Amino acid sequence: MNWLIGAVLFLILAPIGGGLIAGIDRKITARMQGRVGPPLLQPFYDVGKLFEKERAVVTTAQNFYVLAYLIFIALSGALFFAGGDLLLIVFAFTLAHVFLVLGAYAVHSPYSHIGAERELIQVMAYEPMIILAAVGLYMVSGSFYVTDIVTTTVPAILYLPGVFLGFVVILTIKLRKSPFDISTSHHAHQEIVKGITTEFSGSTLAQVEIAHWYENVFLLGFVFLFFAWNPVLGIIAVAVTYLAEIFVDNVTARARWQAALKSGWLATLLGIVNLAILSYMMLGGA
Amino acid sequence: MSTMAFLKRSPWILHYDASSCNGCDIEVLACLTPLYDVERFGIINTGNPKHADILMITGGINELNRAVVRNLYEQMPEPKVVVAIGICAATGGIFRECYNIAGGVDKIIPVDVYVPGCAARPEMIIDGVVTALSILEEKRAKMTGAAQIKDDARQAAGETT
Repeated sequence: MNWLIGAVLFLILAPIGGGLIAGIDRKITARMQGRVGPPLLQPFYDVGKLFEKERAVVTTAQNFYVLAYLIFIALSGALFFAGGDLLLIVFAFTLAHVFLVLGAYAVHSPYSHIGAERELIQVMAYEPMIILAAVGLYMVSGSFYVTDIVTTTVPAILYLPGVFLGFVVILTIKLRKSPFDISTSHHAHQEIVKGITTEFSGSTLAQVEIAHWYENVFLLGFVFLFFAWNPVLGIIAVAVTYLAEIFVDNVTARARWQAALKSGWLATLLGIVNLAILSYMMLGGA
Repeated sequence: MSTMAFLKRSPWILHYDASSCNGCDIEVLACLTPLYDVERFGIINTGNPKHADILMITGGINELNRAVVRNLYEQMPEPKVVVAIGICAATGGIFRECYNIAGGVDKIIPVDVYVPGCAARPEMIIDGVVTALSILEEKRAKMTGAAQIKDDARQAAGETT
């Protein structure tokens, strides 16, 4: 019964939490740039506004794909908070992004197509590392199920420092923050970086935004898993990680897509080295 | 939803330079700097007509960008407003006698707010946008009202037939 409560709570609370996180993010970013910044609830105003606008649609297929994107992001998050299988969650998460890319490809617009290609490159960059993070947590806790990983008493972060660092690198890609915000950013609204959302407007764009909130809450939950043996420390670690991401977002320039891809795979390499050492220690060494 | 009115709390802007001397454009961009920080009002400079609520045009319309301006305006989803920034956007300004100038923005598309000045100051531009917000809100109310009337008529017709 617990799993159902977790999933339902996620589906209801994650958009609220995710929107608030986005509001705090924009406020802190503004303060870092010496600005006053928008109100805390600005992300909710934006999404509310988008639902008020006229529904201008290029092809109806795009709406279908974006809705599928939202549903599968919400599904992967709900599975996560229900304590489900981490591998299944990662695959549902990837499938969601495939739908977003298809949505952008559905319209015959060069901006949209470049955006879709950039999104695909991002998926290529982070996908190996996110699977590796799941494998690392399995090696420490002996289970792929989130329920078991959360209740384990082993401090996962001490065994998986390389995996965690690698995960933080791809978290920068996933949270769409500089230097790896090559496909959609919270800034640069006039640039090709925003390509993937060019042809989405009104309620379709609002769905992309809500999916992003779901995604952020899910990813911060993933960060928590590394510190799950001590929940207080875990929450502190999640907050510190997110603040660090905001800081990095504001002090770095955007990298080229080649650099983003290389960084993603270098992070994976770091994770693999970490896991190799760990399996050596487990097998015979210590 | 109709009573909430999120629109005026989150106006996204599309800025287009019709044939401005760049004076007004610099002032528009100055509004985004930390000194004026229009993001306080939830204003974002989008650069995409499909995401925009307010079309800001600087400079008079010339013969080559007539079609471009109309196209940008038509791509913006309703409700939308147009703000003409600077005297050239209002009337053509000192360029109005030029052979290639069609005149102010209102020669091509309906303009809701005129911001005078050469160049228009950032304070004036922000004031113009805030004025535009109330017009935007009016248009939104009219739009939902019209949709409501259409819906009622449809239902009434459905009942009689």
